[in-house]
Amino acid sequence: MEKEKDHIEKEDLKARGKGENVIEITDLQKSFGDKKVLTDINLVVKRGENLVVLGRSGEGKSVTIQCIVGMLIPDGGSVKVFGKEVPELNDKDLKALRTKIGFLFQSAALYDSMTVKENLEFPLTRVLKLKDQADIDKRVKEALEGVGLPDAGDKMPSDLSGGMRKRIGLARTLVVNPEIMLYDEPTTGLDPITSREISELILQVQKKYKTSSIIITHDMECAKITADHIVIMEDGVYIAEGSFEELQKSDNELVKSFFSDTL
Amino acid sequence: MFFTGFLRNIFSGGFEWSEFVRQCYEIGYRSFSLVGITSFIMGLVLILQLRPTMVSFGAESMLPTTLSVSFIREIGPVITAIICAGKIASSIGAELGSMKVTEQIDAMDVSGANPMQYLVVTRVLATSLMVPLLSIMGDVIGLIGGYVALNFTDKMSFALYFHKCIAALDFTDFLPALVKSVLFGFAIGFVGCYKGYNSNKGTESVGVAANSAVVTASLWIFFIDMVIVQISTILFYGK
Repeated sequence: MEKEKDHIEKEDLKARGKGENVIEITDLQKSFGDKKVLTDINLVVKRGENLVVLGRSGEGKSVTIQCIVGMLIPDGGSVKVFGKEVPELNDKDLKALRTKIGFLFQSAALYDSMTVKENLEFPLTRVLKLKDQADIDKRVKEALEGVGLPDAGDKMPSDLSGGMRKRIGLARTLVVNPEIMLYDEPTTGLDPITSREISELILQVQKKYKTSSIIITHDMECAKITADHIVIMEDGVYIAEGSFEELQKSDNELVKSFFSDTL
Repeated sequence: MFFTGFLRNIFSGGFEWSEFVRQCYEIGYRSFSLVGITSFIMGLVLILQLRPTMVSFGAESMLPTTLSVSFIREIGPVITAIICAGKIASSIGAELGSMKVTEQIDAMDVSGANPMQYLVVTRVLATSLMVPLLSIMGDVIGLIGGYVALNFTDKMSFALYFHKCIAALDFTDFLPALVKSVLFGFAIGFVGCYKGYNSNKGTESVGVAANSAVVTASLWIFFIDMVIVQISTILFYGK
């Protein structure tokens, strides 16, 4: 385990540097049966950057980030995270890589048989293998304070609102200090005020934890608040990219339809 | 694939003791009353139904012996296992199926934790341990049920009744029963976990996983029973 930690830390040092690519996707292809979901997707995420992927439902946005964490194996192309080709990693290396990636699921995916505190302790004891209870308690407390829910530790997930679940889901991923955050529809199903709070929280996470992030969404308010760079997907390919302001001025009809409410 | 993953994770270190103990409590303690009540009634009913036939043969004094041999060898382990298949395999199938649908298993996996070790290994080993224990307790309670039924019409002391029950049994009655109870427990846990873990992503999949777990585990119980009875007949009874 110590050797594994040293290895990860050395890789971290090598990977650090301004403007460096932490995720590089080249010509990514993925099909489910006859349905081609991704067609030659190319994408780069720089260190410390928030990249927003916009697109209609069913366009393969979530499939892209699932390929990044090795949940899905691409049919073709290259997916590199910290310079490592993800589909070629063995179980041990994939597990080590995943400790550096936080994934916030659309449903938050809290373990519903555990309290909030136990949810946060789970990755600390199982992934980081921490044994010192005082250290674990300190990290849990910090993570809960970080998402604005310091008193939620003893609650069960079923007692939480949608927004609170998202916050706790975020706290559970942040408690292990990931370098990359992948957000799958972080504001879906939330009211506009809570959506804004979650979007602002994503921005705070980027600043506080220096994370590089991919945010999958079709919420323009979320994109406006969080994005350093935006790409727009249609029929499994990227059709436009740029900053929020640049895309607002685009002549492309689909891009216009996304931005029509924000003008 | 699932089975090799399970085997690999048993011996890979980092065993989840606290989850294993929790599962033993959930599976064992929480099934005790159901197994106990059912076994008591089974013992009672068996004596009530056997008695007229035994009386007609003048073999009334053989009732404790007949009950203990049939209960320890066959009825106790199989009834306990079928009850556990209905209660535990369905519960595990539904729980893991629900975790799959709500992406909790995926969340464990992408965090770098090991869901196979936390969810599957603990449950399968807990059922493999608790079903035999439940079966043993069920046997004892079933014999008590038989004693109660016997005393509806006849008078026999508790000490004499149990002396007759125990005297009729030997090692070759206990060992196959214990072995098959362990295998029943393994089948219940493994099938429940397999069906839940591999369920599709949709709310109806939870029901399908639970239902399929009960049906498949029950079939496995009867199949295992048949094989163990054949083997023990060859090994111990010389036929």
